[in-house]
Amino acid sequence: MAMLGFLRKNRQDISRNVNADHGFLVFENTGEVIQAENLLKKNGWNIRVMGPPPEVRKGCDLVIEFPLIEELKIIKVLQDAGIPPLQAVPVTDPLLQPVDLFSAKDFGRYLMVKAANMKLTVDKGSLVIVNVSGGGCPDVPYLAWQMVGRHLNEAPSPREIGHTLCGYALQLAYEEVKKRCSQS
Amino acid sequence: MLAVVGTVPEHDFPLLAGKAVLENGNIYIQGKKTEINRGTPALIAAAAKVAESLGMEAPFAYLAGDIGRGDGSKMLYQYLVDHLGRTNFHTIAFHYLQPLVEWHYRILEVIEKLTPRPVLIADAGSMYMAKMGGQAEDYDLFTPDIGELAFLADEVAPHPFYTRGFILHEENKVPDLIARAYANKNASQYLLVKGSKDYIVSKEGVHGIVDNPVEESMEAIGGTGDTLTGIVAALIASEMSIHEAAVLAARINRLAGSYAHPTPETQVMEIIRHIPEALKVCMVDQ
Repeated sequence: MAMLGFLRKNRQDISRNVNADHGFLVFENTGEVIQAENLLKKNGWNIRVMGPPPEVRKGCDLVIEFPLIEELKIIKVLQDAGIPPLQAVPVTDPLLQPVDLFSAKDFGRYLMVKAANMKLTVDKGSLVIVNVSGGGCPDVPYLAWQMVGRHLNEAPSPREIGHTLCGYALQLAYEEVKKRCSQS
Repeated sequence: MLAVVGTVPEHDFPLLAGKAVLENGNIYIQGKKTEINRGTPALIAAAAKVAESLGMEAPFAYLAGDIGRGDGSKMLYQYLVDHLGRTNFHTIAFHYLQPLVEWHYRILEVIEKLTPRPVLIADAGSMYMAKMGGQAEDYDLFTPDIGELAFLADEVAPHPFYTRGFILHEENKVPDLIARAYANKNASQYLLVKGSKDYIVSKEGVHGIVDNPVEESMEAIGGTGDTLTGIVAALIASEMSIHEAAVLAARINRLAGSYAHPTPETQVMEIIRHIPEALKVCMVDQ
């Protein structure tokens, strides 16, 4: 059985790791930062305005620290308000990029596309979504419940109803499936 | 006794804490019906099937509604901080939860004080949170798929969505990914890596590889990883050793899948109903 190492970790490790679930939103100018700050706080998100880390080379001299897991929903809210960020990056390593690799498996009648940890499978004939698998954030079972059994063009997109990074990965798989199905 | 902590994809689902009773294809906790489709209810249903077959107590479930906003997860975290210290579960499986590192530390602080310490299992968001917070080694078992293993192997990725491409390219090199995850202290004591071959490993090496029967469609079916975690959690709670439970669980999950004659359209409940039959066969073989 594992021995819990929690109490043995030093304060520096813990304070660094506590921020591991946060990201930075980068904007063109400080006016947008202020608007975004007001909007996100009004919607109940716990965010704060701060100076950017040296790795962030775009945008103005302020960034917003936000809960990284909710990146999909937060970006949608900002886009809908006309203040999309230039970038959203993890606090732990602002140079990281979202996954851009897809893999597909052809099961004959069905096509499965995988993006990061999420997989979306459709019936190639009817274009009905038959399964969603993978992922670990709580909106994954919700997205599956809303999307499975519906036509690819009628199902709500993960961008519309999802919240988290898993939802974001599913959105990429969904877009890739649509692209591949429209080509065939 | 096994405890399972996770969420249900309904916004107004209340916080429940109680034994999970399986009846007519649904789970009942504190009298409230929960549909088994995927996610934590699928894990609980699989664990309940194993518990019933082995004559064990039904699993104890901590559930709240959460559709990705994190509100239900936060309620559960607070409840666990307040109540977990008075429990004596043999095994606790953490599952679909919004990964919130600060809450995770608070839960581990409570668990640290439990005597005897429960066996800790994490899958899904809870596994992401443990790695994200640098606490992977405090867990006894993670159950990643190959993509999630790549995330564990990537020492800088805070979530699978940010796994670097050169590591994702290594997906066909499972042993290398396992070694990298352990080298960076981002793996639990044991890993049950689910894929075309299921690997049961620890820092000491490979304890088992299960690759039979093969049903390629299982990869597409949402919830087959949840059932595997539920089966292994229940077997561990029966006081089986972790590596033996993991090998047996991988066999049971594959066989139950095979009995369902799956296609990519199959839903996980069709597999869950075959778990008792698969368990019986695998126990005899063992």
